[in-house]
Amino acid sequence: MLETIIILIKVWAVLIALVSGAAIMTWVERKESAVMQDRLGANRADILGFRVIGLFQPLADGLKMFFKEDFIPDRADKFLHTLAPILAFFPALVTFAVIPFGDVLKIGDLVIPLQIAKLNIGYLYLLAFGGLAVYGTVLAGYSSNNKYSLLGGLRAAAQMISYEVCLGLTLIGLIMVYSTLQLDKIVQQQGELLFGFLPVWGIFLQPLGFLLFFPAAIAETKRVPFDLPEGESEIIGYYTEYSGMRFGLFYFAEFVEIIVLAALVSTLFFGGYQVPYLYADGFSFPWGGHWVLPNLIIVLLQLASFGLKIAFFCWLQVLIRWTLPRFRYDQLMRLCWVGILPLAILNILLTGLILLLIKP
Amino acid sequence: MVSACPFFENQYSIKMPTIDYKKLSVPYQTSVQKVEMGLWEKLYYPEVTRGLLITSGHFVRNMMIHAAHMFGLAKNQRGAVTYQYPEERRPIHRRLRGRHRLTKKPDGSERCTACLLCETVCPTHCIYIVPEEHPDPTVEKHPRQYEIDILRCCFCGYCVEACPCDAIRMDTQVQELSNWDRTRMVYNKEYLMRDVAGPGAPPKDDPPIWWLK
Repeated sequence: MLETIIILIKVWAVLIALVSGAAIMTWVERKESAVMQDRLGANRADILGFRVIGLFQPLADGLKMFFKEDFIPDRADKFLHTLAPILAFFPALVTFAVIPFGDVLKIGDLVIPLQIAKLNIGYLYLLAFGGLAVYGTVLAGYSSNNKYSLLGGLRAAAQMISYEVCLGLTLIGLIMVYSTLQLDKIVQQQGELLFGFLPVWGIFLQPLGFLLFFPAAIAETKRVPFDLPEGESEIIGYYTEYSGMRFGLFYFAEFVEIIVLAALVSTLFFGGYQVPYLYADGFSFPWGGHWVLPNLIIVLLQLASFGLKIAFFCWLQVLIRWTLPRFRYDQLMRLCWVGILPLAILNILLTGLILLLIKP
Repeated sequence: MVSACPFFENQYSIKMPTIDYKKLSVPYQTSVQKVEMGLWEKLYYPEVTRGLLITSGHFVRNMMIHAAHMFGLAKNQRGAVTYQYPEERRPIHRRLRGRHRLTKKPDGSERCTACLLCETVCPTHCIYIVPEEHPDPTVEKHPRQYEIDILRCCFCGYCVEACPCDAIRMDTQVQELSNWDRTRMVYNKEYLMRDVAGPGAPPKDDPPIWWLK
């Protein structure tokens, strides 16, 4: 009973954090793009004259979405048309279940692992739900009975399925190094030290793996350099026939995906919740010196570290989205099948070779 | 015989030179040239990083300036090139042709003598004048009614040029001409003769235009 309550609280906390984070990301996207283009961005939405640098803009956007006409095309498949945005939104949210956001919280005798689901196949779970996201886009294109939506859905399907192959292969090197599929164990191992001073983060063990994983993952989220499925400005995408909050769900799913991707990158390659030199009992530095801290402080430090890493990668993704121009479709496919895929296989081979050499 | 007429020469003696496009000093492009990329560019990451450095450089610089502004520092530097319009206005050039105004004599009456030159020269026929005999016998006539339909006006300034008495000017610097009703966009004589508060601003004691009509 107590365990169920604890799990429910964790689910609730993560859900709230994720959804409100996604709402804030819509603001971050506007503001960051504005600042890097020497503009100010949305700063007019106010409540009773208070503007708070435009932070009420997500609220206004949400209200707008709810009050817009909820339109279903005449001959569209009404069931699938309604299902598609849910199918796009659900996998993005559910992926966060296996991502650990802290080590363990000790309250008296209670030991609470800060992760919703301690799956021993957490990595496969990630890929499986990443794969499910394709259904949302394809069904959206198919069900709206519009040629252009269908074409957009097909583009999305081809792109996402191609990049899923890359996504899986780029991470195999990481699994070989940490020899586990469990995400919390991967993060735990990243708390150790390499050569006595360098934390064993995935980026130091798998630099090529990171360089290949990041673009593939951005392609999975269908954002700009790889936004051909949507292409709202000129090539029409799969959610052309969506309006109101149905469109809002697609829009929102994109921002949830940004946060999930940022969390994933920091979990796999940047030590997750680990703070360098912080262990279960406190700081102990390689140059000597030990600093004992209570468990609560350590958990808070870990949460802060994880949050900062997520914030940085969200920032980086928005930066990339507003810097790079879109790929042509053949370039996109070339990058996947001729660029990333062979290099990922090479990465696997190299990792295996090095592992053989140092671990006989 | 050498003729001075190039047309004549072309027709009879000189062959038109054919341009050898390959020998031009500036290469002649018939279509978009494909830029050959070296290995460094093909690696994709260095160039992407270069681009990201440019944009993140702008981001960091502007954020620093915004942060400094919060503490009241670096006021002479701008973090954004945009103007926050209703509060902050772009400087308008003094020669901007804004809304018209009717100039006044020292006694406060209009300078206009209702000669109808501006109404005649106006390409959009937006000026409507009803002349009237002036009460003063030394003055010939003056407008009883002087209306400018600002919706039709194309701001060419011909009326200002045509006016022999300097009675109409476009130097109010007012360019925010909007209203809720088309009929209110027909400015009458009293409105056009009002003093403008300052450059770019409507008259201080500006009543709703429907009241004047």
